[in-house]
Amino acid sequence: MDASRAALSRTTRPTRSGNRMEPWIERAVRLAGLSAIFIVALIFIFLIRLSLPALTRIPLSAFGDLRWYPIEERFGLVSLVVGSLLVTAVAVGIAVPLGLVTAIYLGEIAPPWLGDILKPLIEILAGIPSIVLGFVGWVALAPLVQRLGAPTGLTAFTGGLILAYMALPTIISIAEDAIDAVPKSYRDGSLALGATRWQTIYRVVLPAARSGIVTAVMLGIGRAVGETMAVMMVTGNAAHVPRGTSMLFQPVRTMTATIAAEMGEVARGGTHYHVLFLIGALLFLITFAINSVAARLVGRRRTGEGGG
Amino acid sequence: MLALGLLNMSCGGGRSDTGEAVRMIQNTGSDTMLQLAQAWAETYGALHPELSIAVTGGGSGAGIAALINGTTEVANASRRIKDEEVAKLPSPPQEHQVAVDALAVIVHPDNPVSQLTLRQLSDVYQGKVTNWRQLGGLDAPIILLSRETNSGTHVYFLEEVLRLGDKESTDIFASQTLLMPSSVGITSEIRRNPNAIGYDGLGYVTAEEKVLALADSDDGRYVRPSVATARDGSYPLARGLFLYTSGQERAEVKDYIAWIMGDDGQAIVARLGFVASEK
Amino acid sequence: MRRQQRQRLAFLLVSGVAWAVTIPIMLVIGLIATRGLEGMSWAFLTEMPREGMVEGGILPALVGTVWLTIGTAIVAMPLAIGAAVYLAEYARPGPLTSAIRLAIVNLAGIPSIVYGLFGLGLFVLYLQLGTSIVAGALTLGLMTLPVVISTAEEAIRAVPQEFRLTSLSLGASRWQTIRHQVLPHALPGILTGVILGLSRAAGETAPILFTAAAYYLPSLPSSPADPTMALPYHLYVIATQVPNMPLAPQFATALTLMLIVLSLTVAASVVRSSYRRRREW
Repeated sequence: MDASRAALSRTTRPTRSGNRMEPWIERAVRLAGLSAIFIVALIFIFLIRLSLPALTRIPLSAFGDLRWYPIEERFGLVSLVVGSLLVTAVAVGIAVPLGLVTAIYLGEIAPPWLGDILKPLIEILAGIPSIVLGFVGWVALAPLVQRLGAPTGLTAFTGGLILAYMALPTIISIAEDAIDAVPKSYRDGSLALGATRWQTIYRVVLPAARSGIVTAVMLGIGRAVGETMAVMMVTGNAAHVPRGTSMLFQPVRTMTATIAAEMGEVARGGTHYHVLFLIGALLFLITFAINSVAARLVGRRRTGEGGG
Repeated sequence: MLALGLLNMSCGGGRSDTGEAVRMIQNTGSDTMLQLAQAWAETYGALHPELSIAVTGGGSGAGIAALINGTTEVANASRRIKDEEVAKLPSPPQEHQVAVDALAVIVHPDNPVSQLTLRQLSDVYQGKVTNWRQLGGLDAPIILLSRETNSGTHVYFLEEVLRLGDKESTDIFASQTLLMPSSVGITSEIRRNPNAIGYDGLGYVTAEEKVLALADSDDGRYVRPSVATARDGSYPLARGLFLYTSGQERAEVKDYIAWIMGDDGQAIVARLGFVASEK
Repeated sequence: MRRQQRQRLAFLLVSGVAWAVTIPIMLVIGLIATRGLEGMSWAFLTEMPREGMVEGGILPALVGTVWLTIGTAIVAMPLAIGAAVYLAEYARPGPLTSAIRLAIVNLAGIPSIVYGLFGLGLFVLYLQLGTSIVAGALTLGLMTLPVVISTAEEAIRAVPQEFRLTSLSLGASRWQTIRHQVLPHALPGILTGVILGLSRAAGETAPILFTAAAYYLPSLPSSPADPTMALPYHLYVIATQVPNMPLAPQFATALTLMLIVLSLTVAASVVRSSYRRRREW
């Protein structure tokens, strides 16, 4: 497809230009095409430029401090990174198995009429703004988690659960695509050999859809790491490294929530200001790595979605 | 690049038709004072339709930072401006004490504990005391609630309670302290969590939270916060609320602050549960 | 047969999980819809907030979100459609095109709060636009680029090759072909992408936190250089910052925001499906 189009473009150079503007328009289109690279680079350069003063003003070891207490110039990133990791782990731990199983149900088991009801429902979920889910988490889910026995409802688990529901639509749709893409002949072969439908799903369809499933996991992680508002509303924002068996049911502070809660308030040019940009740069690098790997896995099948 | 071109267009277009119809006063800072600032803005705005007073929260630090950055003309602060902040301003700021606030320490109504000394409170917030039983309450973990670090109330609580006024102290909040984005975050969590303890301006406290009586020394008298005890100084956690301006503010900003300091502005202070500033 | 029993058990478990996923979604939607309707009224949508936002309506937030969404469209559309035309019609396979695609994937993956930081750094401070609708729209515009580019590119690629060949063979130039043959046919698909992008922009909070949003404004914004209230941020404010705020207006605000975003999503799929039905190839 691409090759033939390229060939076409080489043989059909316009001989008489209908419009003197045309070379300019084509130049503008080319620039627009390059703009994506330009913007990613610009974002990166800005983040780095504004975080550099943080790296020059405070020794690297200061970021290893267990405490994050910016008004006393204590900029330990450990608790924030751990907070983000915990919330993400909970989200992925819930969303991936649930999403995968739901995709199997929708693709292989559910009667078509039920699929026609459930799929739009999941699309609606994808369309609910994160602040609305955060609001529901704040007014309804947090009290519920507390009633289950946690000392407070504002915990890493609460945040992870909300994030899991945000990531579910993406994970379900990618997993569905991956399952759909398994050739029908695989299934037929397995069934013809006497396997049950479940054995076919479990032994043939799932292994064949593995790469798609890995992609779903990656994008789910990318989405969860970057989510801000909902997490800020339900995780309690204690810059604390939780320990022990109940660690998921303790409050945490994520990297994103720290930026959102503190950036509006810092004096420009201060160390704290630059450290917040440094956290932004870290988030950029983490999601850049995750998305680049996921993009390689998924090839050209899918470019949109994600973020948070 | 294309975006920048567009931006210039839309910007130019916007500015030309703004006209002089409505003048903007930016007012940023303390969340404790947000209710007050907004009530002032609403009432004064109704009297002066040619003015638009934009009120933003974010904390005292945010307000003063905005004053330094030149993005606000009036900064609200629930603490005095620091020397290093004054140094960053181009000219000495004008300070206006507009009200007095008593900081109430609150718990869930079902919590049997009803009084604490400041030292006990300091130990609780440093994480040295972690169970309500140690304070004569039920056997339950203490959930610490605090405002975010940018809040003037947070800084006041740190200096006056955690460090008990000791300027040399470097004690800070226990790391497991939940940092809530606002006063309302604290009251909401207090209402639904019998294990929680928090602090808030008296103006924010309702009948659904239980207010603790405090004693400033171990053998001192326990005093509950109120307008009267804040004014006579017997309640240990009372503090001034301030407006700061650059000293080079426009005439309409001066008029606005004069109105706030006057009878009408101070009536609003009293109505919202703060203590009117004495002249 | 044991295998059959195992299958029955497995299917039961799988459908149980599927319901565990979908029932909470229904509960959340039902909760927002029923509680939201209690506080909803014409006055709620068309009045200014009063008494410290506890009374009155959400008009300035609603208007602000409309302004920001229009601004986002103005910023994102030319750039995204240009990029889509380039990728579909001009780009040749090679390292440059791969780099562009990688950049688009990564733009889609950048957390919205990082867009907010960037918008603060570049638009608000460096270009001195201040906290304003323009700065917010530029930030949201960049954020929506990848969705619009991908959908628009797909739509342009879906226009049959014969259309281009016919036009070119009649002597039209390459740009004339794109302008008069390709784009008109791809328009509904491009529109779908734009609306989808806007539906995301309308619901976002983090990118406007430091670039456009104001806690409270007594009047509607009068120019793109003004800061503005916006529905998502307003919901955050009344849910967590406003004292003595009753729950009814909070749910009504959540419902309003959800309806705006969902109606944009529905509009996008209506445009898409009516165009699929109409297209003549």
